[in-house]
Amino acid sequence: MKYLVLIYGNPASRAAWAGMTDEQKAEGLRAYQRFHEELEGERIVSERLAAPELTKQVHVRTDGVSTTDGPFAEIKEQLAGFYLLECDSEARALEIAARIPEAPFATIEVRPVMGLTGDVDFEL
Amino acid sequence: MIDSLLRDLIPQVLTALVRRYGDFGKCEDAVQEALLAAAVQWPKDGVPDNPKAWLITTASRRRIEMWRNEAARIRREETVAALEPPSFELVPQQDDTLTLLLLCCHPALTRPSQVALTLRAVGGLTTAEIARAYLVPEPTIGQRISRAKHKLRGAEFALPPQDELPERVAAVLQVLYLVFTEGHTASSGDAVNRVELTAEAIRLARQLRALLPADGEVAGLLALMLLTDARRPARTGADGIPVPLAEQDRALWDASAIAEGSALIEHALATTPVGPYQLQAAIAAVHDEAPTADATDWPQILVLYDLLQQIAPGPMVTLNRLVALASVEGPALALSELDGTDVDHYRADVVRAHLLELSGDPRGAHDCYVRAAQRTLSLPEREYFESRALRVMSEKP
Repeated sequence: MKYLVLIYGNPASRAAWAGMTDEQKAEGLRAYQRFHEELEGERIVSERLAAPELTKQVHVRTDGVSTTDGPFAEIKEQLAGFYLLECDSEARALEIAARIPEAPFATIEVRPVMGLTGDVDFEL
Repeated sequence: MIDSLLRDLIPQVLTALVRRYGDFGKCEDAVQEALLAAAVQWPKDGVPDNPKAWLITTASRRRIEMWRNEAARIRREETVAALEPPSFELVPQQDDTLTLLLLCCHPALTRPSQVALTLRAVGGLTTAEIARAYLVPEPTIGQRISRAKHKLRGAEFALPPQDELPERVAAVLQVLYLVFTEGHTASSGDAVNRVELTAEAIRLARQLRALLPADGEVAGLLALMLLTDARRPARTGADGIPVPLAEQDRALWDASAIAEGSALIEHALATTPVGPYQLQAAIAAVHDEAPTADATDWPQILVLYDLLQQIAPGPMVTLNRLVALASVEGPALALSELDGTDVDHYRADVVRAHLLELSGDPRGAHDCYVRAAQRTLSLPEREYFESRALRVMSEKP
């Protein structure tokens, strides 16, 4: 089953990252690398998102398409990255999510992905 | 034609190599390369007189080349010089495919790895085909297979001791059943070139049955697959909407598959100790042998579910038994038993919806179908439950 894991950063976690030395950042990235090696066969894709300030919003309305800068400033928690996992069970997805190096500083959401298999022919 | 020939030969070629050289992972790589060579050369130059020998020779050469490359690094040419491709007289033993199946379903591997490795090493599917069948990216499957092979380094290529055999065979049965259900429940038409996993599972189950003809559960699994797959032509309507069992056009069912499956399960039940796959196959046989839905022998199905509940209890068995109970004793008793279970699964909502429908409560049934539609992780199921919800409200009492 596929699960999408969403990592929400907050002002404190973003400030913590910004305040790290280059070595600390490099070590942080190495921690992610090690984590990914352990997830072979279960991690389909994962990406780190650019700064929230670079967000563009797209509005499609009857009077045309317009884009505006950035998310709403008052929203403190911003999507910082995501994982798409393929694992046996929700329990396993939660276990992986809890081991994301950033988890102690962030809010993590795990959401099941809809699939195309399903049995509707079960004796009813 | 060449494809199916190649796929039948794969386990034999692979086991021949593993027996001679050891190291399952490297041999598997070598066989893959030999297959690639065959896929390129045979259509052009024709199939060789002895295709198996050709493949074994080609794979052996490749395997030795790998060795030479390693040996060059560790300076052991003198041992390699003695290695020559084997003669064509190499006849694998009967047990080889079974040994290979058991190795692919080794307890050290995770279930998804067992599935991927079995499909590739025994089924002869490419990594790309397996990835397409499971709708995951190719690298995900590739990593699964290479990790599994890495884990199996040092695993002995031999049949496990007699006392471990039943447990190990049970793992193979579970893997084949998983492959089958994945194929059986996949919604069709949205994935071009998807491998027919149901056909693949049946093919492998037939192989296993030939290797273990006296095993009742192997026979039961093959029968269950045949009896379930027989209904496939009737499972979806012209518009792609699933058709429930009770409403299927039974003229579309595959009579020869039903005959084969029924004969298999009757023989197994009469001659071997009963097990969960046999019981499930027996239930499928009772459904398949009924000329109309109304003629279904529900009391017999209920007896079989009672047995299944005793030897292999589980939430799905509980729920399916309640459907049978409702058909025998009426929905009220089944509903009160459902209230007494603690099954918290969307399938429980579906069964409740069905029971409420039977007891003349369309509003309650509607709400349960809607709840099931919200809880399922399957798109085809969600659409189906939503359509049932609408239908139950529009039907005249």
